[in-house]
Amino acid sequence: MSPAATKSLNPLSPKERIKVPRQLMPEQPPDERNKNFNEVNLGFDADLARQEALRCLECAKPTCTDKCPVGVDVKTFVQLIVAGDFLAAAAKMREANVLPAITGRVCPQEDQCEGSCLLSKKVKPLGIGYLERFVADYEQRVGIQFPPKAAPTGKKVAVVGSGPSGLTVAGDLIQKGHKVRVFEALHEVGGVLVYGIPEFRLPKQIVREQLDAMREMGVEFETDVVVGRTVTIDELMNEEGYDAVYIGTGAGLPQFMGIPGEHLNGVYSANEFLTRINLMKAYKFPQYDEPMLDLHGKDVAVIGGGNTALDAIRSALRLGARKAYVLYRRSEAEMPARAEEVHHAQQEGIDFQMLTAPVEFLSDGKGWLTGARCVRMELGEPDASGRRRPVPMKGSEFDLPLSVAIMAIGTTANPIVQTTTPGLGTDKRGYILADAEKQRTTRKGVFAGGDIVTGAATVILAMGAGRRAAASIHEYLTTGEW
Amino acid sequence: MFKIVHAQFLAPGIKRFVLQTPRIARKQKPGQFVILRIYEEGERIPVTIESSDPARGTISIVVQSIGKTTQLLNSLQTDDAIADVVGPLGKPSEIEAFGTVVVIGGGVGTAMAYPSAAALKRAGNRVIAIVGARTKELVILEQEMRAVSDALLITTDDGSYADKGFVTDKLRQLIENGTRIDLVLAIGPIVMMKAVAEMTRKEKIRTVVSLNPIMIDGTGMCGGCRVLIDSKSQFACVDGPEFDAHKVNFEVLVQRNAMYREAEQLSLADYQRGLAEKNAASKNAARAGVPREVEQSCIIAQGGIK
Ligand SMILES: Cc1cc2nc3c(=O)[nH]c(=O)nc-3n(C[C@H](O)[C@H](O)[C@H](O)COP(=O)(O)OP(=O)(O)OC[C@H]3O[C@@H](n4cnc5c(N)ncnc54)[C@H](O)[C@@H]3O)c2cc1C
Ligand SMILES: Cc1cc2nc3c(=O)[nH]c(=O)nc-3n(C[C@H](O)[C@H](O)[C@H](O)COP(=O)(O)OP(=O)(O)OC[C@H]3O[C@@H](n4cnc5c(N)ncnc54)[C@H](O)[C@@H]3O)c2cc1C
Ligand code: SF4
Ligand code: SF4
Ligand code: FES
Repeated sequence: MSPAATKSLNPLSPKERIKVPRQLMPEQPPDERNKNFNEVNLGFDADLARQEALRCLECAKPTCTDKCPVGVDVKTFVQLIVAGDFLAAAAKMREANVLPAITGRVCPQEDQCEGSCLLSKKVKPLGIGYLERFVADYEQRVGIQFPPKAAPTGKKVAVVGSGPSGLTVAGDLIQKGHKVRVFEALHEVGGVLVYGIPEFRLPKQIVREQLDAMREMGVEFETDVVVGRTVTIDELMNEEGYDAVYIGTGAGLPQFMGIPGEHLNGVYSANEFLTRINLMKAYKFPQYDEPMLDLHGKDVAVIGGGNTALDAIRSALRLGARKAYVLYRRSEAEMPARAEEVHHAQQEGIDFQMLTAPVEFLSDGKGWLTGARCVRMELGEPDASGRRRPVPMKGSEFDLPLSVAIMAIGTTANPIVQTTTPGLGTDKRGYILADAEKQRTTRKGVFAGGDIVTGAATVILAMGAGRRAAASIHEYLTTGEW
Repeated sequence: MFKIVHAQFLAPGIKRFVLQTPRIARKQKPGQFVILRIYEEGERIPVTIESSDPARGTISIVVQSIGKTTQLLNSLQTDDAIADVVGPLGKPSEIEAFGTVVVIGGGVGTAMAYPSAAALKRAGNRVIAIVGARTKELVILEQEMRAVSDALLITTDDGSYADKGFVTDKLRQLIENGTRIDLVLAIGPIVMMKAVAEMTRKEKIRTVVSLNPIMIDGTGMCGGCRVLIDSKSQFACVDGPEFDAHKVNFEVLVQRNAMYREAEQLSLADYQRGLAEKNAASKNAARAGVPREVEQSCIIAQGGIK
């Protein structure tokens, strides 16, 4: 290990460090980027990264690491940036985090590592996400170095679903010498990383390079397989000889509000809207065959306040929408989206209508959407989620003219695997039961994790579950103990 | 890539493909469909599985040229390949001993109804099949349907073959004759399914239709295929495609299927322009064969499932 990991190479005193301002992320100007799908953030160069890294106080008890769901050793990797050894920094990070180029971009840092950074008591927290992304991109440019693979064990593992959770399991187990095959329902691998999160936040090239690296290590991918329909878990285990199965099928099913007019032409689920754009490349129509409604000059609203909602509406803006609204029934403080995305969306000209919800979609009488009847809300008593419950205000109805409305109010469990796998336990909402420590389901040899266990959550939590699952699958395969 | 083991026109613009899809062949049940994507830039379209051969690892599908994707598909030939085929999707048809079942196929819907008709027959039902088409040469699967039914009634809109009229005329005759009907399964153009539903609603005859909304993933993920059943949204790819005809809101289905009409027409025009250019070029090169097949696939471009 580099000496920097034990002894600080930071020339600044703690007082001086606090005086260094948080380095700004270079980004495309709002007026330009709201017309293209290129990445908004351009990334730190080595100078910016070192300047930012110098701010770390190298705490004796780093709260940043405690609050990272996978326990990234932030202090050490940041010290290695100060030392200028970016590859060692990347290797350090990889010990806990296998997809740093992705988490650096999409983690809700303000709730996790950065949210608990000691610096934030006085000044702005360390830009941990930005540094993570810098090191990962640097490493990707020179070529990712994976530790050597263990000798073949002769064991076979099937991974169902190629989202961040399944990919993590596959990556970890291939290194341990097991044979791994990933089954994916869609024609492309990557899960939400490819069909959900848009290019301007997570370039697909980044995901593709990760996947290429995994293929090189020997992970096999089979697309166009809906496990449960094309082949069942029992068939995989009994007929195709898989010794263990990991289920990471995500929480894919869109919810609707059940209000009048949801079937009108022009009302989309965010999943459909984003799938058309990201997976099917409808924005390149007619070069690509998948169509979508022409948004040029149209008024578009998204209903919801999470990352999905912002991704959808910012995509609509980039596709030419004249007005782009976010209708959210609570206030900005409760919005679950990443803080940086809210900020970026505001800069780009998205109109946030807080404490507002549609009660009905309006039609032109020929089946096309013309607007939403909305009500304003006020916040009442806290509900089961601990957030204050929005209550409609009497007499506050108003009509908002719209051509397109996108529903982004949440998802439910994807049921296909559960309903075709006898003995696989689920909770009341249909999510798969798995123990928190080892991700074991109620079926021997079958493990599960990610959104299909927790409900819609985050990339890093899905990855963390994958990590734990990989370790316990390895243990199960080598000891036979369940 | 999935290999086309065999491809052959059954009628102008209607082609049968046998595809090498071992996994799907093993699992297919009547009423289920696949979603396919021909090439990298292609859209995903759903097509019913006509039959499967688990031993050979093949399925067959019957495709009618409607817009760009189906025309492109129907220009492919034996030994070509399709980028993606995924399935079997959707709930299988409910197959039981109902008694007397009337199976109605309109146009290419005949191919979609055929596997269910065969299964209903095997389950011990008396099967009366009604096959309708616009004109004589579009009557497909006549022999196959005859083989799995106790009676086969055929109508053509223009009277060029068998009886002139619509499938509903035959259904009305059956009802008026006092034929006891326990179940009607109707698959075809939306207008046809709606007319059947109206007729059997009055008679209180249980009726099932197979809906064809626009789909993308086919796994319940996008919600694009939602249909209004008993005033509630359901996803045709996982809750269907077959539904109780008397609960279906057909207006909403027609309306939603028209959502991309402009883009679809643009796509088709682009494609045909490209074809025309290619055709001219290949005529110059005096290459026969290919363009003829392509021409055939375009004949009833605008006619299909509305
Ligand atoms: C638009 C959007 C934006 C988001 N933004 C962020 C963000 O900024 N930060 C963040 O941390 N999180 C974000 N999230 C949440 C995050 O993406 C998810 O929590 C995470 O992807 C879950 O990972 P997973 O591996 O469990 O499942 P998924 O990523 O959902 O992957 C599941 C995969 O399994 C496949 N599958 C499903 N059923 C089957 C089957 N039967 N057989 C075979 N394959 C199957 C699916 O097609 C899919 O590819 C966002 C989500 C969305 C939708
Ligand atoms: C469950 C199901 C089973 C089907 N089985 C068959 C079959 O066995 N044989 C057959 O010939 N056709 C079948 N269809 C219809 C077939 O999918 C459409 O004809 C095809 O998608 C049209 O594509 P296109 O590009 O050629 O035409 P387009 O020009 O794109 O569209 C013409 C019309 O086809 C419909 N359509 C367009 N895109 C889609 C899509 N992605 N999904 C569904 N419908 C769409 C719309 O109503 C549209 O107005 C089935 C549809 C469904 C939903
Ligand atoms: S993985 Fe996420 S939470 Fe952990 S250190 Fe990196 S950005 Fe922070
Ligand atoms: S809490 Fe902040 S200052 Fe302390 S070690 Fe972590 S990143 Fe550095
Ligand atoms: S096709 Fe996407 S949910 Fe049915």
